[in-house]
Amino acid sequence: MHIPDGYLSPQTYIPLYGVSIAFWGIALKNIKKEVSAKQIPYLAMAAAFSFLVQMFNVPIPGGTTGHAVGAGIIALLLGPWTAVVAVSVVLIIQAFVFGDGGITAIGANCFNMAIVMPFVAFWTFNIMKGSSQGGPRFITAAFLSGYIGLTAAALSAALMFGIQPLIASGPDGRPLYAPYPLSIAIPAMAIEHLLLFSIIEGVVTVMLMRYFLKHEPTLIYSMRKVSCEKV
Amino acid sequence: MKRFEKKLWLGLFIMALLSPLGIILPDKFGAEDAWGEWDIDTLEKLLGYVPEGLKKTADIWAAPIPDYNFGGEGALLSVKIFSYIVSGLIGIILASLVIVVISKLLFKNEK
Repeated sequence: MHIPDGYLSPQTYIPLYGVSIAFWGIALKNIKKEVSAKQIPYLAMAAAFSFLVQMFNVPIPGGTTGHAVGAGIIALLLGPWTAVVAVSVVLIIQAFVFGDGGITAIGANCFNMAIVMPFVAFWTFNIMKGSSQGGPRFITAAFLSGYIGLTAAALSAALMFGIQPLIASGPDGRPLYAPYPLSIAIPAMAIEHLLLFSIIEGVVTVMLMRYFLKHEPTLIYSMRKVSCEKV
Repeated sequence: MKRFEKKLWLGLFIMALLSPLGIILPDKFGAEDAWGEWDIDTLEKLLGYVPEGLKKTADIWAAPIPDYNFGGEGALLSVKIFSYIVSGLIGIILASLVIVVISKLLFKNEK
């Protein structure tokens, strides 16, 4: 889902830079309010985790590959604004150091994986879990938050790919940037994620949620909020 | 450092050591690029041409470690595996460093 350089028209990637920069600004302000200096090691670990989990490319035999992103579980454990910053840092490092995702597409890739994904995951979790603090409903909510979060990010990327032929084509009628229309991009990205990659994201989300629930439940942001409201 | 934090760092280190699964499995199952992440040569094969605008910006940036691989595209799998683990470790260090720097700036008035 890392859009490379050249696939997006400037009309697409420049506004998306603007949106992502605005979100970074708000995120930093909110982190300053919500997060204490003691939690810095956890922010660092979250970023490192997202970097590493993205290295585990999962193959569709004879087809494409994909991977989890970790933005959902980071949003559940540390809050969505922390996830915005942690995953954006990872995506910027990947683009500059490893050529994974384009330099021009940093705004777009951050929008998909570091903004859409953590917020969709966070909202999904809060809606699905209701007032549960553990048990099957809670775990199902964690799975769905990863599953729907990554799928939403993939659809957002597919939308960006798919509108390129509508935005810009050359005098010969050939597309200038990403060549496939929405009618190809959306099903291609949706199917591979719904059937495989998002399931893996959901499983990773559940595994980590269970681990934290068992060992350090007071750390979990999305539970802290609940208990604060109750007091 | 708390024991729990130590455990988590150890877990991340183990993830880096296991990360080559992310290139070995796709290799074994004949899976190629992620959808929409083809390079120019692959696009030429898929489409029969390379979109003009795409061609102009595709190579705008030369990353120091392209594709998490020091050995270039034709490198042996063993070289790729080694590069991948080192890349994972570099990733842990860089990501943590950037977060610590951002946090220091953010919390400079707190202890």
